[in-house]
This record gives sequence, structure tokens and C-alpha cells, in this order.
Amino acid sequence: MRGLLRLMRAAGRVAEPAPPRPEGLEGANVALGGSVGVRHVDAGSCNGCEIEVAATFGPVYDAERYGAKLVASARHADVVLITGVVTRNMSEPLRRTVEATPNPRVVLAVGDCACSCGVFAGGIGVAGAAHDAVDVDLAVPGCPPEPDVIVEALRRVTRR
Amino acid sequence: MTQVEVGLWAQLVLALATVSIAVLARPALRARLAGSAAAALGVAGAVTGVIALTGGQGRLVIPLALPVDPVVLSPTPLGGFFMVVAGAVGAVAAVYAIGYVHGPSASSTSWAAFATFLLGMQLVPGAADAVSFLLAWELMAAASTVLVLTEHRERIEVRSAALWYAVMTHLSFLLILIGFAVLSAAGHGTSFAAMSHVDPESAGASIAFVLLVLGFATKAGIVPMHVWLPRAHPAAPSHVSAVMSAAMVKMGVYGVLLVVLQLLPAGRPWWGLVLLALGTVSALYGILQASVATDLKRLLAYSTTENVGLMFLAIGTGVLLRAYAVVGPAEVAAGTTLLLVASHAAFKTTLFLGAGSVLHATGVRDLDRLGGLGKRMPTTAAAFGIGALGAAALPITCGFVAEWALLQSLIHGARPEDRLVAVVMPLAVAVVALTAGLALMTFVKAYGIAFLARPRGPEAGVAHEGPASMRVALVVSAVVVVGLGLLPGVMARAVVRAVGLGGIDVFGVSGLGLPGVGAALDPVALTGLTLLVAVSVLVVTWRMARRRPPRPVELAWGGGGVRVSPRMQYTATSYAEPLSRVFDDALRPERDLEITHAGESRYLVERVQFRQQLEDVVEVRAYAPGVRLVDRIGLAARRLQNGSIHRYLGYSFVALIAVLIVVSL
Amino acid sequence: MNAGAATLAAVQVVVMVVVSPLLVGLMRQVRARLEGRVGAGVLQPWRDLRKLAIKETLRAAGTGRVSAVGPLVLVVSGLLVCVLIPLVGAVPFVSLPDDLFVVVSVLLVGTVALALVGLDAGTAFGGMGSSRHMTIAALVEPTVLVAVYALSIPVGSSALSRIVVARIDDPASVASPVSLLALVALVIAVVAETGRLPVDNPSTHLELTMIHEAMVIESSGRDLGWLELGSWLRLGALLGLLGSLLVPWGVAQDASVAAVLIGVVTLVLKLAALGSVLAAAEVFVAKLRLFRVPELLAGSFVLAFLAVTASYLVVQAG
Repeated sequence: MRGLLRLMRAAGRVAEPAPPRPEGLEGANVALGGSVGVRHVDAGSCNGCEIEVAATFGPVYDAERYGAKLVASARHADVVLITGVVTRNMSEPLRRTVEATPNPRVVLAVGDCACSCGVFAGGIGVAGAAHDAVDVDLAVPGCPPEPDVIVEALRRVTRR
Repeated sequence: MTQVEVGLWAQLVLALATVSIAVLARPALRARLAGSAAAALGVAGAVTGVIALTGGQGRLVIPLALPVDPVVLSPTPLGGFFMVVAGAVGAVAAVYAIGYVHGPSASSTSWAAFATFLLGMQLVPGAADAVSFLLAWELMAAASTVLVLTEHRERIEVRSAALWYAVMTHLSFLLILIGFAVLSAAGHGTSFAAMSHVDPESAGASIAFVLLVLGFATKAGIVPMHVWLPRAHPAAPSHVSAVMSAAMVKMGVYGVLLVVLQLLPAGRPWWGLVLLALGTVSALYGILQASVATDLKRLLAYSTTENVGLMFLAIGTGVLLRAYAVVGPAEVAAGTTLLLVASHAAFKTTLFLGAGSVLHATGVRDLDRLGGLGKRMPTTAAAFGIGALGAAALPITCGFVAEWALLQSLIHGARPEDRLVAVVMPLAVAVVALTAGLALMTFVKAYGIAFLARPRGPEAGVAHEGPASMRVALVVSAVVVVGLGLLPGVMARAVVRAVGLGGIDVFGVSGLGLPGVGAALDPVALTGLTLLVAVSVLVVTWRMARRRPPRPVELAWGGGGVRVSPRMQYTATSYAEPLSRVFDDALRPERDLEITHAGESRYLVERVQFRQQLEDVVEVRAYAPGVRLVDRIGLAARRLQNGSIHRYLGYSFVALIAVLIVVSL
Repeated sequence: MNAGAATLAAVQVVVMVVVSPLLVGLMRQVRARLEGRVGAGVLQPWRDLRKLAIKETLRAAGTGRVSAVGPLVLVVSGLLVCVLIPLVGAVPFVSLPDDLFVVVSVLLVGTVALALVGLDAGTAFGGMGSSRHMTIAALVEPTVLVAVYALSIPVGSSALSRIVVARIDDPASVASPVSLLALVALVIAVVAETGRLPVDNPSTHLELTMIHEAMVIESSGRDLGWLELGSWLRLGALLGLLGSLLVPWGVAQDASVAAVLIGVVTLVLKLAALGSVLAAAEVFVAKLRLFRVPELLAGSFVLAFLAVTASYLVVQAG
């Protein structure tokens, strides 16, 4: 415990200062008032985007300060964050996850694979990109996208 | 003839009428006529009980053509109270039975036995001397054994259940007989009035106390003599189980109250400790077994053990505190017993009748195969829910009021000067608290698994509500549970005063006040406050619901998986699994794991079969060895009967010589 | 007498409804700052509730009325507990003494409602959370009852307001061994009942480690909003009870404006202090394995029982 206390005192505030606020997302159904629950679905990725998403919600980038929070259930979520190309086995669970999310909801495709199949285009287990399975509202390209870019996309939803 | 005597005659006549109807009526009309007559019998019993409770006197002497004393029926107020309980439960069960009985339970034997059972049960509290008591007791026991055997052709386990029940109930009869014999020898007379002159300090009184308590405890279902309860209640038809659980075991409690309040009033402290010990062990063991039971009726039977344990705990507290001259809490404790009796009768009737409806509708008692019944059987679900609330001692039901009073008498009963009391009372509080918590879990499990979510098996998917008489009976008993919970005060005060105790008063709008311990509870005020608080919440939610009504969807959220089915729901076994792990030592489940490997390699598994069985620990550890020993003795004794006439003549000769020697000494 | 009690009750309810989400926000902020993050702000739980009010409420086929009514029962029981426990003032209603068992029973009605909502979801997760939640509730009840019983012995009454007033009048009793043992036992019981670390992790995503989260995993929209508000009210009320027992000064004994104001301010301060300490402690503690939780609860029961025996020794000596 003393070690942990010393670490806390030494590290202090780890989060970097917030960049300027981006524009809000278009659409009348995005009036969530600064509280957004994010349900992350990995539809078949190489885990690169997962690491970036974990970094986004980590202490350095701290997406939680803008009101975005990772939630445990699609029913609690406002944003479904899709990473990875949609494989055959995951296409139905992905669809069910998005359907289980109550309106108003936003579907975010993060990473080149989710946006347009990326390096896995034409692969043997690949069913398509995210927009082939569900309606995507916001695409975040990159392989993998930097946490800054993911934060900016989330801030467009939370408007904070 | 006084009103009480009229009432007693009415009961005898109505019982006879019901038996005649059962035997003579056409099968098509039998249920309705016999059921109505039996209900009238119950109502007559209840009315007689009310008259006796409010001070009516009466004495009925029925001479028998046997060389025993005539039957003397003269109910005291205490007896009157138990007559009310027995009569009310019997009447409700009879109405229920009109719609419920089918097959063997609709036969004339069954209805005749039911009427006899009700009569015996209602006459036990009215007996004024030991002989009448024992005759009525035996009538009750014999009739109930016949009733337990009703479905013995359809289900094989019914036969062994009836055997266990018959043996245990006659064991109790024997113990009570010997106890009364000791007391009447000391008091020089078989009437209760004569026995109440026995000196409580004498050895004879203590021996009689122990025998009587053990005998009544066996009838009441106290551990370790409870082994017949979890077998007999599931074996009997539902209306019979309801009467047995809600009214018949109360006769055991009546017996103990008779001993403690009337026959040997100024008891010794260790008597109270004996009752307390029996009560605490039964309460804990009963609710523990109930919480891991998956058979609905077995769960309710064990819950009866728990509640009777609480009643014994209350009586024991009263005796102990009175022996230490802590008068206020002692009176409250004794009065609490009566509250517990009434409350348990009300909610256990509701629960058993509800379980009967479930059985009638689905044909299964196994909670692991039920589910989703709330949508298909709304009346049963509502009534069972109210009964479950009462059993879990939650507001606003009679169970809550009774448990509150019990805790008050325990919390304020401790006096630091008496070290024994100072140690025992906190332990009793802890036991009551733990049983309350476990009862909560048990009934959330019973209600939630059976009535909520989706059916776990095909039988539950085709369930439907029963005929009108069943629904009426369920609604009436549920209303009583809530009514006694909302307005306990006036009734409680009347009953307690009639029995000769003090300690309970009316507070507020028919709430309970306990001046001896300085506590009060007004359920109406609590309800009013709840409604006030709830109004704002309800208004807000109603307006939100109007603006954005809920949207129905097909699938529940299960991680998005594709292979979802109702079989993935938690079952009753899984619900109780954490608890059975925590109490592994007390429950000792039998676990059997069978792994079939693939022929080619031991690393590949073809089939895994897991079986878990929770037997009654007391039966397996204590009774089974005893039964095996008796079997061995019996087998050995058969060798005496080898058919040789010479040997039998030899036995008679030796016996004659022995008798001559003994007589000459 | 009843007018004063009614005023105080109304004040308590309003204050607790406003403050409980802020308390949760403060706890999350303390945790965030200790972890080096910035955090979402103390007002975030209120933003969550506002959002949930405008979200759709989904009801799956197979769920019944319990999924709709259960959250309301939880909130109403939480509000009722806020009325009954002496938080701002210790002036009970004449016809409704805030007896210990009554308060515990009302709390348990909420517990049962939540457990039934979990079962009604018809999923494996809901049943699992419900089963674990009820097991813990069953094992916590003896500790709670015996601990408050220990505190009631020197006072001679189990009404919570009388216990608090007696502690105001006799400061020495607050620091007595009886009081300390009973309060430690109560802290563990409160942590278990409200689902905080080390018994349950409120921010876990692993379904197999969930207790409270698993029961609400199927709820959405205003159902979820009521469930969250109800849980926060229970947390606030129980922490407020701990605060009133630990530091009873400031609790109003009459319904005058000055006393009520002092009561509200001290309540807010006590909640903030206790919440921060609890949140800070949570940073250093990992969640216990489910089957170690009964050992923890048994330990807390032993402490409560020791408190009762200690109170007899004290009364005998004094």
C-alpha cells in the first residue's frame, strides 16, 4: 500500500490537457447531454484498435472526462463502437448488439477494418465492413487510429 | 345449552353430515356437496372458537360405549383461539378442494377422511381432560394418515411417506400419553384442572414436561423429529397439505402452550432453555433446507419447520424470562407466539394452495421445470406473491408484524444481571435475523423461479388458471394475510387478553403497541407514508411513460449470442448453489460425477454426468442407522418363528414360569 | 410533534434525492484523481439520469410486470428509508417510530425488488446476479440487526432517532469500545449491502464477477434510471446513517429553521467525508472472490456479537 501511495504522489495528474472541442455530430437524435455509454464490439480485429481504445479510456487520454464511459451491456449504451472487420461468425451477434441498444443510438466504426475491411478485404472468414451489417453513423479511419482521433469522435457525440 | 355447546354439537353434526354425503352422494355432486359441508364444519369450528375466546363457557360431555371416561369438551380461551385457526384454515381448504380434487382425492374415502380430520383437529383444543385430548388427537392422526395415502397408487413414494408419518405421529402420541400419565398420577386426576395443581418444582413435573414437549414437538415438526414433514406434505394432496401445515402442526404448539401456560405455569429456567434450543435449531435447519430445496412443496414443508421453530423460540423466551421475573418481555414473548401462529396459518395456507394450483395446472412440483407462470396464472401468482411476502416477513403482511414483535421481545428481554439471559438473548436475535435473511432468499427463489421470466419446461408452457373455487380460496387467504398485517392491533389485544396475558395494546389505527418493552408499530401509518412517498414517483413515471411508451423487443440481452434459449435461465438449484456451498457442512450434499471417455483416448470425453442430491441430514445420519438396526433386530427375531409347534409351546411354558416367579416375588 | 417530523422528513427526502447522485459523483471523482485522471465531474450522475430519462425503454418478450414495477419499488423503498433514518433531524413521527427492524425491512423490500427484476430478465446473468445478491443479503442481515442491537442496549430503545439523540447527549458513548466494534461491523455490512468493493465492483465488465450489475444488465431507459437512483439513494441513506452514528452532532432535535439548516449542512459534510474515505479505500482494495465474502461477513458478525457482549460488561461495571 505504501508503494501505491508513493506512486500516486509521484505521478500526480497523468491526464494530458484537453484539446479544443470539436463540432457536434449532425442529427436530432444525438441530444444525450454529455453522458454517453459506449459498448465496444470487436467484430474480428487484430487487437490493434482494441489497444488504442483501451488507451483512449486510460489515464493519459481519459475519455471519461468528456462524459464517455465504457458500459457492460448494450441496453445501457448510447454508442456502439465497432472495431475490426465483420467476420462471418460475428455478423449476427453484431446485428443483435446494435438492435439491443435503445434509441437514440450512434454507431461508430473505428479503424480501417471496420470502415472498409482494411488489410483483410476478401479474406476467407470476412463478411464485410461494419456498414454492410449495420447502419454506421460515424467512421474513424486509421490503422490503428490514434487515441486523439477516437477521443475527437467521441467528443462529437458527447458535445463536451 | 350455551353457545359453545351449540357450536360443538354443530361441529359433530356437520362432520357426520359430510361423511354421509361423501359416502352416499353421486360422484358428480360429491365434491361440491361434501366440500360445502366441510366448509360449514370449518366455519362452525371457527365461530365456536371465537365464542370461547371472548369468554363463552360451555361443557359438553359425550359418553362413549367404551370402558374409558366420557369425552369432555370445554374449550378455554386459548383452546378457542386454536379452534379459530383450525376452523378457518379447514374452511378455506374445503372450498379450495371443491375445484381441486380429481382422481383418488375425489373419492368418498378421501372426503370422509377429510371431514374426520377437520373434526379431530377442531376438537383437540376443546378437550378438557387428557383422555378426550388423546382421543381427538388420535382421530386427527388416523384421518390424516388416510389422507396422506390418497395417491398411493399413482406415486410410489407416497407409501413410504405415509409410513414415516404414521410412525412419527404415533411416537408423538406415545410420548404425550406417558407425559399425561405422569402428570395425572401426580395430580390425582386426568382433567387439566387437576393436573394444573402439580408442583412445577417436583421431579415428576420435569419428567412430564420433557415427555410432553418432545411429543408435541414431534407433531409440530421440530428438529430432530421433523423427518416426516418433508415427506408427508409433498405426498398428500394440496388441500390436505395446506391443512396439515397450517393447522395441524399448530396443535403441537397448542400442546406446548397448554403445558406452559395452564398445566405447569411456574416453570423452571431450564425448561425455557430446552424450548429455546429446540426452537433455534429447528428454525435454522428448517430454513436452510428450504433454501436449497427445489421441490416446491418440500420447500414449503421445511419452511413450516422454520416457523414452528420460531414459535418454540418465542415460548421458550417467555418461559425463561418469566422464570427470571422479567415480566414485561415475557408476556410479550408469549403473546408473540399467538401472533406467529395466526400469521403462519394465514400465509402457509396461501402458499400451499398456490402450490396446489401450480401442480394442478402443470403437473410438476419441481421448480427447475417451472417458470413464466405469472403471465398465465395471474391470480395464483398474486396470491402466492403475497404469501411469499408474508413468509419472508416483509411489510405489509402479518408475517412482518409477528416477526417485529418477536424481535422486540428478544431485544428488550435481556437483563445484564442474569448472565445466562444476557448470553442467550443476543444469540436468539442473531438466529432470528439469520433465519429471516434466509427466508427472504428462499421465497424470492420460490416466487421468482416459478412465476417470472420464461418456462423452463414444456409443462409450464401450457399452464392455465384453475376453477373458480380454487381462485376464491386463494384470494380469501391472501386478503387475510394482508388484512392481519394492516390491522393487527384490535385482534391481537383481544386474543392476548383472552388468554390471560398482557403486554400487547392497540396503537394508532389498530397498530401494535408493546408497552412492556416500549415499542410500537402502526402498519397503517407506514402504508400511508409509503403511498405519500410513492405518489411523486408514480406521477413522474406515468408522465414519462406517456411521452415515451416502452418498446417491446424479441430478445433479451445475453451478450449478443446466437444460441439463446429459455433453458439458459437460472434454475432453483443454481439459485441456491452459493448458499449450499457456504453451508456445505450442514447440508452435506451427495455429489456424483460420472465421466465417460471416448473409446480412442482418455483425453477425449464423450459424456459427463453430474448428479447432486440433498437429503435430509438428520434422516440420513440419525434415523437411517436406527431404522437399519431395527430391521436387523426384526430379521433376527423372525428366526424365533420357525413354524414348529413344539418351539411355540416351549415359549409359552417359559413365559408362564417367568410370570409365576415374578408374581411370587 | 408530527408537523415538525413531517417538515424534517420532507427536507430529508429532497436533500437526499439531490445529494445522493452528487455523492456518487464525488466518489467517482476521488477515485479518478487518485488514479491520475481528470474524471467526468461531480455532476455526471445527474447527467446520466437526465440522459436515461430521454432514452427508449426496451422490454424483452418473456419479461413481465416485475421489470416495470420493480425499479419503482426500489426507488420508493429508498425514499422511505431516507424518511425514516435520522439524517438531518432525529424527530420521528409519533405514530411511526423509526424502529430498527422497520427500517431494515423497508431496505429489504428494495433488495427483493431488485432481485426479482434480475430474475424476470430471463437471462443467465440476471439469475446469477440475483442469486449472489440474495445470498449476501441473507448473510448481512444478522450483522446489521445485532450491531444496531448493541448500540441500542445502553439507550434502552431500538428506535434509531433515540439512539442518535442519546449519543449526542453522551459524547463518551461514541468513543466507547461497544460503539467502535458495532460501527466497524456496520461499515462492513453497509459495504456488502450497497455493493461496493471488496464485495462487488460497481464498474466491472466481466459478467461472471458481477453482482449488482448483472441484475440491471437487461434494464434500459427509465427502468435503468430508477434502478440507478434507487441504488444511489440506498448508498446515501446508509452512509448518512453511519455518519449520524459516528458523528451525531449537528443532527437537528427540533424543526426550527436554524437547526434544520445546520442539520443539512452537517449531513452534506458527513456524506462528503465518508464518501471520499470509502472511495479512497476502494482504490487500494481488490474485489474478493465470491466464496470468500461469507468469511468477511462472518467476521463482521463476530465483531457485532463482541459489541453486544461488551455492552453488557460496560453496563454491569457502570
